Amino acid sequence: MTFLSILFCKDFVQKEAAERPAFFTDLNLDQIIDAIVARKEEYDLKPFFYAPLRDTETILYRQEVARDLEDGMLMAHVQAFAGKMIIVRRYLGLTEKLEYTYHREGWFLEAALVYCEALTELAHNLEAANLKSRGFLAFREYVARYVNSDEFQSLLTDAKNVKGRLSSIKYSVIIQIGAFKVRMYEGEPDYSAEVEKTFEKFKQGAVKDYRSKLYQGTGMNHIESQILDFVARLNPDPFADLDQFCAQHSQFMDESIRTFDREIQFYVSYLEFMADIKLKGLDFCYPQVGTSREVYDYNAFDLALAYNLLRTDKPVICNDFFLKGPERIIVVSGPNQGGKTTFARTFGQLYYLASLGLPVPGREARLFLFDQIFTHFEREEDISNLRGKLEDDLFRVHEILARVTPDSILILNEIFASTTLEDAVFLSREIMNKVTPLDLLCVWVTFMDELSSMSEKTVSMVSTVVPENPAERTFKIIRKPADGLAYALSIAEKHRLTYKQIKGRIQS
Amino acid sequence: MRVFLMHPDRDFEFELEKVNQRFPHKQVLLLPAAKAALVQDLELNTLWNAMAQGDEFLFEVAQQAVLSSLDDPDAIRYRQEILRDCLRHPDIVRQIYRIPIQAIENKHRHWMGIFSSYPSSVLSGAREMLEMFVGLLKALKKLADDHAEEFESEGFRRFFAMIQQELNDEYFAVVKEHLRELRFTGGVLLSAELGQGNEGANYVLRRPNHDKRHWTKRVLARRSRVYSFALDPRDEGGARALGDLRDRGLNLVANAVAQSADHIDGFLNVLRLELAFYIGCLNLSEQLAQLGEPTAFPEPAPASQRRHSFTDLYDVSLALTMKQKIVGNDVNADGKDLVIITGANQGGKSTFLRSIGLAQLMMQCGMFVPAESFCANVCASLFTHYRREEDTTMTSGKFDEELSRMSSIVDKLSPNSSILFNESFAATNEREGSEIAKQIVSALLEKRVKVFFVTHLYEFSHGFYDRKMADAIYLRAERREDGTRTFKLIEGEPLQTSYGKDLYDRIFG
Repeated sequence: MTFLSILFCKDFVQKEAAERPAFFTDLNLDQIIDAIVARKEEYDLKPFFYAPLRDTETILYRQEVARDLEDGMLMAHVQAFAGKMIIVRRYLGLTEKLEYTYHREGWFLEAALVYCEALTELAHNLEAANLKSRGFLAFREYVARYVNSDEFQSLLTDAKNVKGRLSSIKYSVIIQIGAFKVRMYEGEPDYSAEVEKTFEKFKQGAVKDYRSKLYQGTGMNHIESQILDFVARLNPDPFADLDQFCAQHSQFMDESIRTFDREIQFYVSYLEFMADIKLKGLDFCYPQVGTSREVYDYNAFDLALAYNLLRTDKPVICNDFFLKGPERIIVVSGPNQGGKTTFARTFGQLYYLASLGLPVPGREARLFLFDQIFTHFEREEDISNLRGKLEDDLFRVHEILARVTPDSILILNEIFASTTLEDAVFLSREIMNKVTPLDLLCVWVTFMDELSSMSEKTVSMVSTVVPENPAERTFKIIRKPADGLAYALSIAEKHRLTYKQIKGRIQS
Repeated sequence: MRVFLMHPDRDFEFELEKVNQRFPHKQVLLLPAAKAALVQDLELNTLWNAMAQGDEFLFEVAQQAVLSSLDDPDAIRYRQEILRDCLRHPDIVRQIYRIPIQAIENKHRHWMGIFSSYPSSVLSGAREMLEMFVGLLKALKKLADDHAEEFESEGFRRFFAMIQQELNDEYFAVVKEHLRELRFTGGVLLSAELGQGNEGANYVLRRPNHDKRHWTKRVLARRSRVYSFALDPRDEGGARALGDLRDRGLNLVANAVAQSADHIDGFLNVLRLELAFYIGCLNLSEQLAQLGEPTAFPEPAPASQRRHSFTDLYDVSLALTMKQKIVGNDVNADGKDLVIITGANQGGKSTFLRSIGLAQLMMQCGMFVPAESFCANVCASLFTHYRREEDTTMTSGKFDEELSRMSSIVDKLSPNSSILFNESFAATNEREGSEIAKQIVSALLEKRVKVFFVTHLYEFSHGFYDRKMADAIYLRAERREDGTRTFKLIEGEPLQTSYGKDLYDRIFG
C-alpha cells in the first residue's frame, strides 16, 4: 500500500529546485513566493515553487487538488491536521532534551496522542468530504487503510489507556519551610474559591489578572522530579504501563503521512495567500493551460502589487488582454507611471503561476505552457554609463535571443532607453525582426509607438489617463488609445446625495 | 451588587472610546466625527464645564451621558425620578458620592496598591486594601440605614435596599474571618494532577480539613501513605524551587484576594461613575437657579411621534456664557417633521437652533431642560450639519467638504433621527444650493427624519412653503419695522431678504 504524492501524479519529473529562476526578481515573483511561504518556514516549500511543470497532466492533477481544497471545510480539516502535526514534531523534539525518565516518557506519550488524534480526525473528515481530485481520492484511501491497520489501532488504544490512568491521579503536596510531603489528595476544599465566593457580590465586570508570571521553564527541577518520583511510588502500575508503551511504539510516524504533511502545504500556503488577496475584491481562476497561442486573461492583476496594497485602501487595477489569430506580441506604450511595467509583470506572473498548477489572477484565462521565461528589465533608473549600459542591454538581449524557442515567453521592458531615439528605434526594429518569426509570446513595453504596428503579429496596448485631468492615471492598459471617456458626475452624485441615492441609503 | 442608578437594568458604560493622549495619566474621550460636530455646534463644552465645576471626572461623565442618548421614554423617566431625589436631598447624595472619593484618596495617601510580582506581596497588599474597603462599606451601609426612607425614586430605593440586604452584620463577620485566615500561619496545602508530560498541573490551594469526626473513625479511616522529603540545608536551588512551588499555590489565592479587592474597588467606581452624572446635574441646577433661569423636567414622547412644544426655551450655553437671563422662545411644532427657520441676521436663529439641540440631548440623558415647559419626541440620533467657518480653499472644495460631511451623516441615519442644519449647502450659488438642499430634505422627510433647517436659501425655503405641507412649520427671526431684533422667533412665511443690509448699515453706517 503506497501513496505517491499530492503534488505529482507520476515520477520522473523535476520535483524541487534549489535555486529560484532568473526572471523571478524582474517579475516580482520573489516577493510573491516569499510572502506565500512566510508563515510556512518549517515546511521548506520554496523548492516546490521554484520548479515549474512542463506537462499538462501534472498541472491538471494539481488544479484538481487545489479546487478540492478551495472547499472551506476541507481546507479547515487540512489546516487542523497540519496544526496537530506541528505539535507532534514539537513534542518529539522536546523528548530529545529531557533528563528525567517519566518526564521524557510523558512527552513522548503526548506526541503519540496528538498524532493519533490528527490521523483519526483526518480520516473521519476525509470520509465525509466531497472529493473529486485524483490526488485526494487516492490519499483518502491510503489514510483510511492506515488508520484501520493493526499498527495504528494498537498505538491508539495503548496511548489512550496509559494517559487515562495517569491523568486520573490526584495528589497533594504540603509545603513547609525546607521540607515537603506528598500524599494522595483527600478532598480538602478549594480555599481560593471560598475567598472568591465571599467577595463575588461586588463584581462589576472583568478584573485584572493578578497571577504572577511565575517561572515555568520546560524541564523539571529536582524538587519537581522528586515529587513526580513520589507520585510514581504512590501509583506504581500506571507508570509501569508508560514504560512499556514507550518501548513498544518508539517509531510511530508513517512516512507517507509525513510527506503529505509537507506537500499539502504547497496548496494551503497559496490558497491562504489567495484568500487574503480576494478580500480586495479580486478574482482568481483556473486557467486552461496548453499549447494554444490564443491566450487571454480578463481581470488580471499584478499579484505582488495586490499583496503590497493589501493593508491600504488603494484599489488594485485589473486589466484584460487577449491574443487572437496571428497576434503574438503585445506592444505596450503610453504615459509613464501608467501601469505599463505592472502590466508586463502581470503577464509573466500569470504563465508562471499557471505552470505551478495553481489558480491565477483573473476571471477567466487561457494560458500557454511555456518552456522558459525570459525577461529583460531596466536595471536601474539612473544611468551612469551610457555606453556601458547600451552595450550591456544589447549583450543581454543577444544572449536571450540565442536561447529562446518558439515556446518561450519573452518580456522586454524599456530596453534601449539609454540611447538616442533614433538609435533606439533602429535597434528595436532589428530586434523585432528577429523576434517576430520565432512565433513566441512577447510583451514589449516601450515608448516607441512605431513598434506597435510593425506586423500582423503585434498588438498595441496603451496606458491611459483621465481625459479631464491628464495628470491623473487610470492604470488601465487597453487595446486602443484612450477614447476620451468623459465622466459627468455631479459632486452630489459623487457623494451619493441625490434624492434617489439618499432614499436608497437610509434603511427603514 | 449593581448600582443601577443610570439604567434600571444595566451599568452605565463609557461607550465612547477612551484614549490616552499625550498625557498617559489623563484619559480623554475620542469622539467620532458626528459627535465632535455636535460638541462644536451646540457649544456642549460650556454645558459640561458648568456641570463639572473644574472636576475632570465630572466633565467626562457629563460628556458621556449627554452624548449617549437614551431613546426610551421610560428609561428617561427613570433618571428623571432619581434626579428629582437628588434635587430634594443634595447633601445626602453628595455624602454618598464622598465614599468612593474617599477610597481613591486612601489609596493615594497610603500608597496602597497591588504592584508586586511576588504572590506573597500581592497577597499582603490586597489584604490591606480589603480591610480599608470594608471600613468604607460599613459607612455606606450606615447612610443607607439612616436615610433610605427619605428617597422616593425606584432607582434609589432599590439601591438602598440592596446595600442593607447584602452588607449585613453576618456578612461582615465572614469577611473578618477570611482576613485572619489569609495570613497562612500554618503550611500551604496544594492539590495537583499530572498534566502534559507528567508535569504537575492544576495546582489548587486547599483549606486543610479540620477533622471533626470521632477519633475512632479517624483512626479507622484509610489514609494515603505519605512520603516526606527534607532539603539539604545547603541545597539553595532546592529551596528556591520549593519556594516557587509555594508561590504557585499562593498565587491563586493572592489572585483571588486581589481580584476581590478589585471587585469592591469596581463597585465603588461604578457608584462614583453613576452618581457623578447627578452631581453634575446638581452643579448645573445651582448655577441656573442663581441666574434666575427656569428649568423643567421635559416630557419625552415616543420616537414615532412628532412632538415639539415648549415655552421659554433658552440656549443654556449662551445663558452660562453671558451669566445672565436670556430671551427664550415659545413654539408649538407638534405634528411637524420639518421646521424651516429664516429671517434676519443676528436675529437669534442660531441660538434657537442650538437651544433645540441642547434641550434634545439634555432630555435624552434624563436631565432637566432649560425651559419653562418642554415636550418633544425622542429621536434615534441627533446630528448637526453646520456651515463651517470660511476657509481659504476654493469654493468647490468647500462645497465638496460640506457634502462629504452630509454623506457621512447619511451613513449613520436611521428613521426617527433628527438633523439640525445651519446654513448648509450655501457654499455654491443659490439655485444649485437650493436644488441640492431640496433633494436632500425631501428624501430625509420621506425616510421619517425630522429636520430643523436654518437657511438663507430662499428658493429652497419658499419652495417648501409653496407645497403647503401639513407637517412643516416656518419660523422667522423677528425684526421690527425699525430694524431692531427681539431675538424671538415667530411663525411666518420665508422672506426673500435676510436683512443683511441692516447689518451692513449698522456696521458701516
